[in-house]
Amino acid sequence: MKAKKERTQEKGKIRYLSTGNEACGEGAIRAGCRFYAGYPITPQNELTAYMSKRMEEENGIFIQAESELAAISMVHGASAAGARAMTSSSSPGISLKQEGISYMAGAELPCVIVNVMRGGPGLGNISPAQSDYFQATKGGGHGDYKMIVLAPETVQEMFDFTHKAFSLADQYNIPVMILADGMLGQMMEPLEFSADIQPPAEPEKPWALTGARGREPLSKKSLFLGPGVLEKHNDKLREKHDEISLREACAEEYRTQDANFVICAYGTAARIARASVDKLREKGVKAGLLRPVTLWPFPEEALKKHISGETAFLTVEMSLGQMVEDIERIVGDRKRVGFYGRAGGGIPEEDEIVERALMVLDKSGKGARK
Amino acid sequence: MAGKFSRPESMTDKTTHYCPGCGHGIIHRVMCEVIDELGIREKTVAVAPVGCAVLAYDYWNFDAIEAAHGRTPALATGIKRVLPDRVVFTYQGDGDLAAIGTAEIIHAGNRGEDLSVFFVNNGVYGMTGGQMAPTTLIGQTTSTSQFTRRPDKEGYPLKILEMMALLPGVVYLERTSIHSPAEVLKTRAAIKRSFETQLAGKGFSMVEILSPCPTYWGMDPARSMERIREKVIQQYPLGVVKNN
Repeated sequence: MKAKKERTQEKGKIRYLSTGNEACGEGAIRAGCRFYAGYPITPQNELTAYMSKRMEEENGIFIQAESELAAISMVHGASAAGARAMTSSSSPGISLKQEGISYMAGAELPCVIVNVMRGGPGLGNISPAQSDYFQATKGGGHGDYKMIVLAPETVQEMFDFTHKAFSLADQYNIPVMILADGMLGQMMEPLEFSADIQPPAEPEKPWALTGARGREPLSKKSLFLGPGVLEKHNDKLREKHDEISLREACAEEYRTQDANFVICAYGTAARIARASVDKLREKGVKAGLLRPVTLWPFPEEALKKHISGETAFLTVEMSLGQMVEDIERIVGDRKRVGFYGRAGGGIPEEDEIVERALMVLDKSGKGARK
Repeated sequence: MAGKFSRPESMTDKTTHYCPGCGHGIIHRVMCEVIDELGIREKTVAVAPVGCAVLAYDYWNFDAIEAAHGRTPALATGIKRVLPDRVVFTYQGDGDLAAIGTAEIIHAGNRGEDLSVFFVNNGVYGMTGGQMAPTTLIGQTTSTSQFTRRPDKEGYPLKILEMMALLPGVVYLERTSIHSPAEVLKTRAAIKRSFETQLAGKGFSMVEILSPCPTYWGMDPARSMERIREKVIQQYPLGVVKNN
């Protein structure tokens, strides 16, 4: 059933009920994105349909590509020509986009990629999942590279983070991924933004390929054949990654001030874990939630603040355990890190998390893993 | 050019990496002459393929970018849609265009993108060591068709232009060759017509250029040109395939 989407506007704020997918599209439009190429795949189709309408209204460019491979290459071309460009897909389609993402990372071209994750591996299913964490945060395609990965947990953040993603992409000339899931994409929540929200300031793009009028010709490439040339380029990318790690890592914390038990979760899993924290508090457990907002760079410092003393951790994910490897690495003591995960479209329930938390806290069950 | 042979402004003075007798040098040359003649050098953005011509941007004195293998027309689509008043062309080999990029070329054509495509068909993968291409002739030996290309095992040479001709969005298709000076001049004229088609905003056009690969055909440059005349044009007839 389609809910009525009445827009209200008062005190300079636009407010309406939106799906996450459509909020993401509007966030991109409001960020000055005027090029979108996509290919149908569930559960992100509302975003592609929305862009088909909105791009026309904004004199932007919408292309339904022949494949995800083509879609990301169209974004590659649009970005190289200087446009703010975006593509979106869901897990199997994102696997195909890794080709173009690697090329763009190599050529240092900005773009935004939205992954509304579904269950895998293979064709999997169309239910929400978080099983593309490794792919998103560890490179994904071939070669040494990173992209910035933002993990929204509300429809509002689908809008806000997409808007911000264009600013980050332009600031660092890097692909930025919005890592959402089928739940966030499909569900409806109130969305609110300022009626006169402005696109992030667009930096000069002296590298844009616009024709060599009054200047030397330019090329934009990821091929560096001469001896040592690619290594130098890789070092330059590493320095950029280091700078991003230093400046952009971000986490949100909930009731962690006095916590000695910290649940780590992002996106949909974090929403649920928040309620589990409240339930654990009612049982007298000093529980808190650490929710990474950026998955890469991972908010290591925020996590490290909780390592001292006896604090135990529980990582909750909609996967068989991917982010937990980062948590274990940073905490440095695997025995202190518990894990609860549901895969294949399963969604953790509040009470399941509470139950697992109590097992972790029980000395005999410390570090319990599912 | 009058009377004096000089380098077109659209070419750099860099020595190419192409093998002796390779056709790319001739094709670059006539293409760059046309770009000079039309006065479009400063508004041209080229898309180089993966393959022997991957380094073409070192030899071209205008903006250029490289695409992932076969995605060349998709990437060019992105550029042209953002910059509709610029001249955008792809320069692709037979592996790039007729194998891994078959979907991209057909759909760019079917959308009627305002692009020029220069398709250099030499019947082998040159850059990777002379493997069989979709365009390799029946009976031709390559490093991956060691017992020659046989229809029952390796299939038939792919005639891309004839396939593209079926698409309403495609307005101009011509197959040319460079095996003689007269054919080189026809190639030059076809390239010019393709650019003019784009400048007039008429839609998608493509010139397939039959070109020699002496290295992986295992014959000297002169003999390679002869082979085009004797054998290759029997499979790939020259001339205008479509002109709307």
